[in-house]
This record gives sequence, structure tokens and C-alpha cells, in this order.
Amino acid sequence: MRSVISPRVLIGAFMLVLLVAPAVLPPFYVTKLNYIGLYAMVALGLVLLTGVGGLTSFGQAAFVGVGAYATAVLTTSSALPGWLAWLGASPWLTLGAGLVITAAMAILIGSLTLKLSGHYLPLGTIAWGISLYFLFGTMQILGGHTGLGGIPAIHLFGFELRQDNEIYYLIWAFLLVGVFTVHNLLDSREGRAIRALKGGMVMAEAMGVNTARSRMVIFVIAALLACASGWLYAHMQRFVNPTPFGLHMGIEFLFMAVIGGAGYVWGALIGAGLIVVLKHWLQGLLPAIFGQSGNFEIIVFGVIMVFVLHKARNGLWPILTRLTQRVIPVRAAQRRIDAAAEPLARRELPIAGTLLLDAKNVTRKFGGLVANKDMSLQVRSGEILALIGPNGAGKSTMFNQISGVDTPTSGEVLFLGQAVAGRDSREIARMGMSRTFQHVRMLPTMSVLENVAIGAHLRGSKGVLASAWRLDRAEEARLLAEAARQIERVGLAEHMFDEAGSLALGQQRILEIARALASDPCLLLLDEPAAGLRYKEKQALAELLRKLKREGIGILLVEHDMDFVMGLVDRVVVMEFGEKIAEGLPDQVQRDPAVLEAYLGGVE
Amino acid sequence: MDFQIALILAQDGITNGAIYALLALALVLVFAVTRVIFIPQGEFVAYGALTLAMIENGVFPATAWLLLGAGVIVTALDAGAVVRAGGRRVMMLAGTHLLYPALLIGLLWSMPLKDLPLIGQVLVTLLVVVPMGPMMYRIVYQPIAEAPVLVLLIVSVAAHLALVGLGLVFFGAEGYRTSPFSQARFEIGPMFITGQTIWVVLSSLVLIVALAMFFGRTIYGKALRATAINRNGARLMGISPALAGKLTFFLAALIGVLSGVLISPITTIYYDSGFLIGLKGFVGAIIGGLASYPIAAAGALMVGLLEAFSSFWASAYKEVIVFTLVIPVLLWRSLTTHHMEEEE
Repeated sequence: MRSVISPRVLIGAFMLVLLVAPAVLPPFYVTKLNYIGLYAMVALGLVLLTGVGGLTSFGQAAFVGVGAYATAVLTTSSALPGWLAWLGASPWLTLGAGLVITAAMAILIGSLTLKLSGHYLPLGTIAWGISLYFLFGTMQILGGHTGLGGIPAIHLFGFELRQDNEIYYLIWAFLLVGVFTVHNLLDSREGRAIRALKGGMVMAEAMGVNTARSRMVIFVIAALLACASGWLYAHMQRFVNPTPFGLHMGIEFLFMAVIGGAGYVWGALIGAGLIVVLKHWLQGLLPAIFGQSGNFEIIVFGVIMVFVLHKARNGLWPILTRLTQRVIPVRAAQRRIDAAAEPLARRELPIAGTLLLDAKNVTRKFGGLVANKDMSLQVRSGEILALIGPNGAGKSTMFNQISGVDTPTSGEVLFLGQAVAGRDSREIARMGMSRTFQHVRMLPTMSVLENVAIGAHLRGSKGVLASAWRLDRAEEARLLAEAARQIERVGLAEHMFDEAGSLALGQQRILEIARALASDPCLLLLDEPAAGLRYKEKQALAELLRKLKREGIGILLVEHDMDFVMGLVDRVVVMEFGEKIAEGLPDQVQRDPAVLEAYLGGVE
Repeated sequence: MDFQIALILAQDGITNGAIYALLALALVLVFAVTRVIFIPQGEFVAYGALTLAMIENGVFPATAWLLLGAGVIVTALDAGAVVRAGGRRVMMLAGTHLLYPALLIGLLWSMPLKDLPLIGQVLVTLLVVVPMGPMMYRIVYQPIAEAPVLVLLIVSVAAHLALVGLGLVFFGAEGYRTSPFSQARFEIGPMFITGQTIWVVLSSLVLIVALAMFFGRTIYGKALRATAINRNGARLMGISPALAGKLTFFLAALIGVLSGVLISPITTIYYDSGFLIGLKGFVGAIIGGLASYPIAAAGALMVGLLEAFSSFWASAYKEVIVFTLVIPVLLWRSLTTHHMEEEE
């Protein structure tokens, strides 16, 4: 057996190399390393935004420019009004100013585009990037196309960082802080919400995640990383002009992230390194080939990019790790569940028999089609109600009215005495109603544990900053312990750390139940939970539901499987053609002539 | 500003706006059918204009070599697909995509390009550049046709970059302006209208009407509309998504090249000018929500007018003003959109 090393050893070795590099490398390479660090910082923001969040921006170069110009103007201009001039005293103050300006701009652009479909953000940022670039070039105070010079060096603990090999350490320190911040953030309650943005927004909202806020958070973080990179750039070059902040650089940053591996924090570094090295090499080679000067490297970049997106959409990082794994086996990060973590506070369940859900005369029309007509049903705590009916009876429409996805044309749905209509699914989740989906909605590449932990989102409160700097560990342990408890409860313990996408369909449905339970609901809405389950699994599910009922949870289930329903539930509501045709105990309903006619056809 | 200047600016704005409108229509079309945000649209404008300029100057249009290169790649890809599927019709495949560029190059060598009448030169330009549209679809987009919009967008940007770089190789860094279609000037009341303006506006109108007829009356047009409304449904009805994609890109390339030919007598075109021109079409398309043709066209016209008037009042800030226009448009769209959709 070969020995397996911890990832920490690799990171330690990498740090050591970084530490000695400026001492042993010629200045030229140190400068290149500085650029790699600066670019990787911007690409890191795009990893978070594009690879993880499924959004993208071509305007990152403009944010770099904001950071650079903010410090350039504030530290060099003598014509500033008094209330601003004090900022010029130190580059550290101008960093703060740049970050504030950038955040304000990002929030403005974000609030304009983030509510729209995903492609409006990139288009908006293209327009934004171009506008800002032209502004840099035309505004007098920004020095026009000639730029601004004479930017002071940064002082740190009494040292002046004048040379490339001095500011080198600051750049890489910034980058590493950025990498660890993003890395920590992704592995947290907020991080799970962010990772749900790509392909799981409807589910995340139903679990109480404010996806609009999460999108804004990653857009602002990406912009701030770019701004910090610009600030460092300005103090490294001691001079700024508009050229490095144009749209072409914005595009290049995105290429770095995608080629390196947009889903991985270290992908940003790989991508930035590769592009910087390649660019240097191609800029020497191609003009010689074509016999004229020009930025021909963009042809190669474009072609590589198309190729990467065709053949390896996840970029180089996963390929690289697979290759290194063969040579140096690295131990996969093993997550441990702290069983001793203090359990999360639970909701006070209403005493058995309390009216939880009261749908009164709900009618839903789609044009001329009446999908639900005058439907009424009630669910009390400690009971299981089944909503059954033939295909097309309007069960799913009714389910949507109850869960607040859709609004009734007339009538109302009360949950704990409050109207459901007009509330978003987040708020309904907070009130204690949790649901599963007819078509399973989960995040296939995340582990079962993490998927279920999303359900507990509303039971934690630590925010972005706490997550990023690991002040959330106690709460995180409690959340994960809760998720683990629910997974054990539904019988998926052996799959706890597997990718959710690797489960069989029936198990995925069970996962959804565990996720719903993790939110500590008092009412559980289950949409066809038994579909795709084997006999034994159905029995186990029925047992679980009975147990939940005994604990005092109210359960509404829409189901086709009569054997499953009849032996389990307390009451049944039968629908046909949008109307309730029967309601009562399972035995009564099974003998009801109207029900028999609906299911078996009438006697002619 | 007096009335006369306003009229001149309006004329400028409408001329450019008509071209932006054409581009906006092409962008909406491509997005509707293939979900591709077609950033390289502008490169077809520049390629069209500069190919025509080369022909006018009696130089062999270097883009023909690019066409041949694209043909080779398409043939290789298609042949690979056929062989993998166990077929044997490789030779036939090679025929279409290799023979056409080869024949065209032969034809171009043998023709006195410089002495052709303008209409002939434009025709040659179309023959050289437009087929690159469907070829580009085959090479760049078809292999990942089912990818998310975001991936298609990034690929578009990559293709745009590669084409700009190739443009520099083929056309050099110098800009060109082609000779106008007509030297005529008409005096109507207080204003002069140039023949070129009339050409641009009329051609745009004719093209828009032709497109409307194509989509309303022909089976292929209807097939594209069906694909735009429901890709899977159209596929089940036997409309090949690959064919729909290629046809759409053919139309987009055609519109792009014609726009380039129309705009090059008005503006000096460089190898990288296409991008900004295309983006202004984009602003129009975004105003139409990438979905409505008439609103997109109207929006593009507005962009043209805004550009003309801002170049008079604040010429340094012309581009800033035009692109900042996107922000109120996005605000308006954002306020009127309420549904939350799942990104694929």
C-alpha cells in the first residue's frame, strides 16, 4: 500500500515555494508571478460567480479599473475637496474607498440585472465594461488616455514596497486570503445556498434560501476581489491608464477562470498562470510568424477556449488533480459529523388535532379550464391526509395552491390561520410548511449530507462574513449533525457522503423527505413520495410517516399507490375533474360509489 | 443646434439605426432558435465590409482561405461523425464543404475582381463570407448545442475573439472605406439626403420584409419558428436542430455581411470595428428582451439616433451614453419581470 498524504502537506509545500521564489528567480519571472497573482484574484471572483453560481460577468476588468483609479486619483490629485483629500494620506485608506465604490457599483448593476434571466448579467456587464473604459479614457480628472502617474508605494509595517519582489509578498498574501475566504465560504451554510444557485433555485427558495440575495453576494464578492487586484496593480505599476481595464481584459479573466476550472478555487490560479505564460510566449512567437505586429494571441486563446468548452467543460483543475493523484495520492477531505453537537432548537409543535391547513373553496381557472373547483380540505396536526384521484384530476394544481406556488382564482388557503397566497415560498417555509417535489429537485454533485443540510438553512443564522472566516463552526456542526440525524432517520445513512446524483430515484425521493424534515416543519407536503420505491422501501417509508404523525406533524400526501395510501392514512380526499367527489376514512372512501365510478368507470 | 443640424443628425441616426436594426433582428433570431447569444455577429459585418474593400482594391480576398480552412474542419468533423456511426459516405461529404471553397477560390483567381460592377463585387463578397455562418455553427456550436445559455455565451465570446484575431491576419490593421453605392444627393426642403442613406434604409426595409415573408410563408421559415418556440417539439416533428441551427446562422451571416457592405461607405471599418457595431445592435435586441422583433428594431433605431445626437453634444462620451442606455432598459425589464425561472 502506498502512503497517502494530507492535502495540507501539498498546500504547505506550495507556500514554501511561493516564499522562496522571489529570492531565487530572476526579476522578470517575479514580475510575471505578480501578474499571475493579480489576475488569479480576479479569476477567483469569477470562479465563485460563474463556476459555482452559474452567473457571469465580462465587466470584471472595469472593477479592477475602479480599484486602480480610485487609489490613483486619491493619492495623486492635489485638487480634491477637503472632505475627500484626507483619504489620500495612505493607500490603505484608498483601498477602503475603492472597495466601497466598487460594492456600490456592483449592487447597482446587480439589482438591475440579477432578477432577470442569467444572460442579462453578462450582457449588462459588457455594456458597463465598455462605458467605464471610455470614461477612464475621457475624464480629465482620470488623466484621459495618457493616464495618471506618480502613485506612491504601499507602506507596510514601516517597509516601503517599491520593488516587484517586495510587493510580490503582498499580492500573494492577498490572493491566498482570497482563496481561503472563498473556500471557507463555499463550505458553509451560505455556501450551500450559493452552490444551489446553479440549477436548484426553485428548491432552494422552497427551503427558505433567499436566492436573489445569494446572487448579489457572490457578484459583490467577485467585484471586491477585482477591485483589490486593481489597487495592488496601481501600486505595483505606480501608474495607471485605461488600457488594462478594457473589455478584452474582462474577457481574458473569464477565460482564465474557465480554462483553469471554473468550479474550483485553485482553478483560478491554474488558469491565470496558464494564460500569462501562454500570452508571453505567443506574443513573441505569433508576430514573427505572421510578419506583422498585433495581438494575435487572441486567436489561440479563442480556439483553446472553444476546445476546452467542447471537451473539458470543467477546465483543467479536475484533470490535473486526477493526474497528480496517480503520482502523489492525496487523501480526500473526510467530513466528520460531530454527534455531540448540541441539537438545534426545535419548533414548538401544535398539540395534536390543531387545525394546520385550511383550504376553503379553492377555485383555480386557467382561461376557460377549471382545474380546481370549490375544493376544500383540512389537515390537522398528528394526522395524515391523502389527496388522491385519477390522472388529470387537478391534484398537482391543488398542491400548488396549498404550497403557495400558485394563487387561487377564488377561495383561500390558510396555514396556521394565515393566508398562503401572496407569500413567497421562502416565507411559507419559515412558517413551518415543508415540501417535496413531484420531479426530484436536488443538487446531483453535492453529497447527500449537504443536500439535506440545505433543508436546515432557516435553522442557522451565520452570515457570509462569519462563514468566510470560520466563525460559524459551532453552528455548522449543529446543522450537519441535524442533517445527519434526518438522513439516519429515513434510512439513507450508508449513503451519507455519496453524491446525491448517484442514488436511485426512489432514494432521491427519500432524500427529499429528509431535507424537508431538516427544516423542522409542522406540516409536510409530499408529492408522490412512494413512486419508484420497492416494496420494502415503501414499508419503511410508511413506518417513518407514522412515526412523524405520532410526533405531532401533519402530513398531506398526493399519491397514486392505493395499497400504500389505504393502509397508512387517516383520511382521504378524492378528486375528479377538479372537484372533490368524496372525503372520509379510507374504508368509507373505498366503498363510495362515486369513487368507484371515477376509478373503474360507471355501469352503463 | 438649429433645425438643419438636427435633420442631418437624424438622417445619420436613421441610417446607422437601420443597420443596427438589421443586426438586432439577426441577434433575436439566433437567440430564439439556438439560444446562442451571437457575439460574433459583428465580425461578419467587418468581414463583409473588408472583403468588399479588398475586392474593390483588386486584392484577392483573403477570407476565401478562411472559408477553405473552415471547410476542411467541417469535413473532418462530419467525416469523424459518419465513420463513428459506421457510414461510408465520406467522399460525398467532402464534396460539399471542400469543393465549394476550392471552386470559389479558382473562380476568384480567374476573375478580374477589380473590374466587376459593384453589384458583382457585393455578390462575390456574399459568396465568400456568408457560408462561414453555417460552418461556424457546425464547428463551434453544434457539438454543444444542448449546453446552458451561459456556456454558449462564453463560446460565442471565444469565437468572437478568434475571428477578430484572424481578421487582423487577413485584413491588417488598416481601416477601409468602400465607395458609395450612389453619389446622388437629393434636396428636399431644407435638407440634403444622400443616395447612400436611401440605399441603406431601403435595403434594410426590403431585407426585413423578405425575412418576414420567409418566416411567414416558407416551410423552412416555419420550421425555424417552430424550433424557436419549442425545440424538442420541433425535433419530434422531424425538424433537425442542426439544420435549424445552420439555417439560422446562414441568415445571421447574410444579414451581417449585408450590413457590413451597407455601412462601409459611411464609416471606416477596421478589423475590430464589428464588435462595437454588433453590440449596438445588441442594445436594440436587449430592449426587445431578445424576443420581440419589432421592439428590437425600434430599439436599434433609437440607439442610432441617440448615438448621432450624442456625438454632436458630447462626442467624447458618445459610446458611454449609448452603452449606458442599457441600464434604464434593464431596470425597466427588471421591474416588469416577476417570475423566477430555473436556469438550465
